[in-house]
Amino acid sequence: MSESLLRVRGLTKHFPVRGGLRRAGLVRAVDGLDFAVRAGETLGLVGESGCGKTTTGRMLVRLLEPTGGSIEFAGRDITHAGRRELRPLRSDLQIIFQDPYASLNPRHTVGRIIAMPLEVNGITPPGGTNARVRELMELVGLNPEHYNRYPHEFSGGQRQRVGIARALAPGPRLVVADEPVSALDVSIQAQVVNLLRDLQRELGLAFVFIAHDLAVVRHFCQRVAVMYLGRIVEIGDRDDIYERPQHPYTRALLSAVPDVTRLGPAGRIRLSGDVPTPLDPPSGCRFRSRCPAARDRCAAEEPALVRRDGGNQAIACHFPESGPLGAMPANGTDAEVPA
Amino acid sequence: MDPYLRVDDLRVGFTTTDGVVRAVDGVSFSVERGRTLGVVGESGSGKSVTALAVLGLHDPRRATVTGEITLGGRPLVGRPEAEVRRLRGRDMAMIFQDPLSALHPYYPVGRQIAEAYRVHHPRAGRAEARRRVVEMLGRVGIPQPERRHDQYPHEFSGGMRQRAMIAMALVNDPELLIADEPTTALDVTVQAQILDLLADLQAEFGTAIVLITHDLGVVSQVADDVLVMYAGRAVEQGSVEQVLRQPQHPYTWGLLSSVPSLHGDADADLKPIPGNPPSLIDVPAGCAFHPRCRYAEQTGGRCRTELPELRPAGASGHRVACHLATEDRIRSYAEDVARVGVAR
Repeated sequence: MSESLLRVRGLTKHFPVRGGLRRAGLVRAVDGLDFAVRAGETLGLVGESGCGKTTTGRMLVRLLEPTGGSIEFAGRDITHAGRRELRPLRSDLQIIFQDPYASLNPRHTVGRIIAMPLEVNGITPPGGTNARVRELMELVGLNPEHYNRYPHEFSGGQRQRVGIARALAPGPRLVVADEPVSALDVSIQAQVVNLLRDLQRELGLAFVFIAHDLAVVRHFCQRVAVMYLGRIVEIGDRDDIYERPQHPYTRALLSAVPDVTRLGPAGRIRLSGDVPTPLDPPSGCRFRSRCPAARDRCAAEEPALVRRDGGNQAIACHFPESGPLGAMPANGTDAEVPA
Repeated sequence: MDPYLRVDDLRVGFTTTDGVVRAVDGVSFSVERGRTLGVVGESGSGKSVTALAVLGLHDPRRATVTGEITLGGRPLVGRPEAEVRRLRGRDMAMIFQDPLSALHPYYPVGRQIAEAYRVHHPRAGRAEARRRVVEMLGRVGIPQPERRHDQYPHEFSGGMRQRAMIAMALVNDPELLIADEPTTALDVTVQAQILDLLADLQAEFGTAIVLITHDLGVVSQVADDVLVMYAGRAVEQGSVEQVLRQPQHPYTWGLLSSVPSLHGDADADLKPIPGNPPSLIDVPAGCAFHPRCRYAEQTGGRCRTELPELRPAGASGHRVACHLATEDRIRSYAEDVARVGVAR
């Protein structure tokens, strides 16, 4: 087994809240994550809003400081590394943001935006910064002649390409992509997913791909971690997660996705209620308040994330389910659609 | 049976300093009671502008609305504002995408719904309005409706707020419900709950629903009929089986093949539509889709110069606006399916 590029152990982020008259509390946004990403590997982090996936991404690139656990990148502990210690790693570790409108400085030309990480990290590419910027623009499918234009002159999809070029500029080994396509129209979304896939293969980049869209993650990631209320509930190889999900939450999540290849109401596993607040998560298993299979033990004891049957799939559940997602094909038949 | 809502040749134009923007340019459709029409398209295709036109919410100083809109036999375009106002909220209601900005943060949720009720029931007293609102909150699946009635929007979760919006829209038993991306801001498990709720309420009250969305998955699940819009025009419409199973417009093909799926080959590349949706200030001549269409060269230049009309295609009710001959379209599509395989 090859060496991990990124290894996270017990990663935790608690935000303190000072409530007016109420007692101060802690938002347990991320509460003890363990995972590893090998060089050139793509890991998807999926889950609903409030599950802590964005907070995790921000800790990985150290835009946020963890309150517990450790992050090891390329053999170095960067959990509490200061600015100066992080500087040599910044070019190895880059992030792509969700909002292509808010994440680009409107007063800078895209050429300058893409060159910024080179400048900041003191990198002088062979052939000069300008040549490198044009090369990057070409790589992400932008016209290099447009390096002198401003972000507002580009469409949403093109801006996201600028954000990607900027992340690739210093030659990173790991890219954290936080919902990189969710703000884009469907036809544009497919363009950007294909671009990221090509780049990942061509440059051998490792990715942590954060998304709520399970179908997009399936098309991009080799491994997938499903998060719920600050915890990983299931992690494994893509096909295991999508074809043989074992955690009741993963199964409910997958069956709730409306799929265009199936017509009519789907036979879903219905979850009642909303995600509870991370200020006061349920005792024991955090999913038990919505779990169709919850029993007494689930309230008393928090299930650990453990591998079963010696496979690659780890599940945090006392009563995992197996077998195909039985409810899914109900009423649905496959549509003929050109792919 | 006569359709409850009939829209005929609807056009909406906005005058700007750069010229007239034709946001909707000749769209026709109808919806019967108890049926759901899914309106799909990308941003700027005119979906929301169409919805606002039906509700009479365009500012007459800025927008020109022409064509015919008939609601239960009553024409709406050109009707005095005061009369449209009497219909809006009572006979037709709207659910907005973002329930947080559609609810007023300063007032309790129940009071806002009661206001919608009392506007159309001037003789109803406070107590009666409260009873009605609590009943509606319970009906849309909000637990402890009595207590929730007096809470503020910030005390509701996203899913609960959307339920409250639905309660507000349904409080006067409207016959037509327009839902503009009602689940886009919600998580999938909550989206599933809301779609189930809309289907249950529709079965109970026989409401006609216009569902505006960019999500073809949602459409495939809840719609009876589908209207595909591109640059302010209808490019394809028909039953959900016709449009999603035997799609005939190259834009519909492109949309379908660019959506990632949970089934089929995960390693296959997605097939995006090249290019970007056009700006409405500068819509391409001829067929607005021709710069992004793979088949535009097969019609001897017609696609570049001549606007294709929406014409019947194959089975009854299925209509397509494309210059490619029907046989060519069916053959091209079959070749596409054969080339890339049926399953994804």
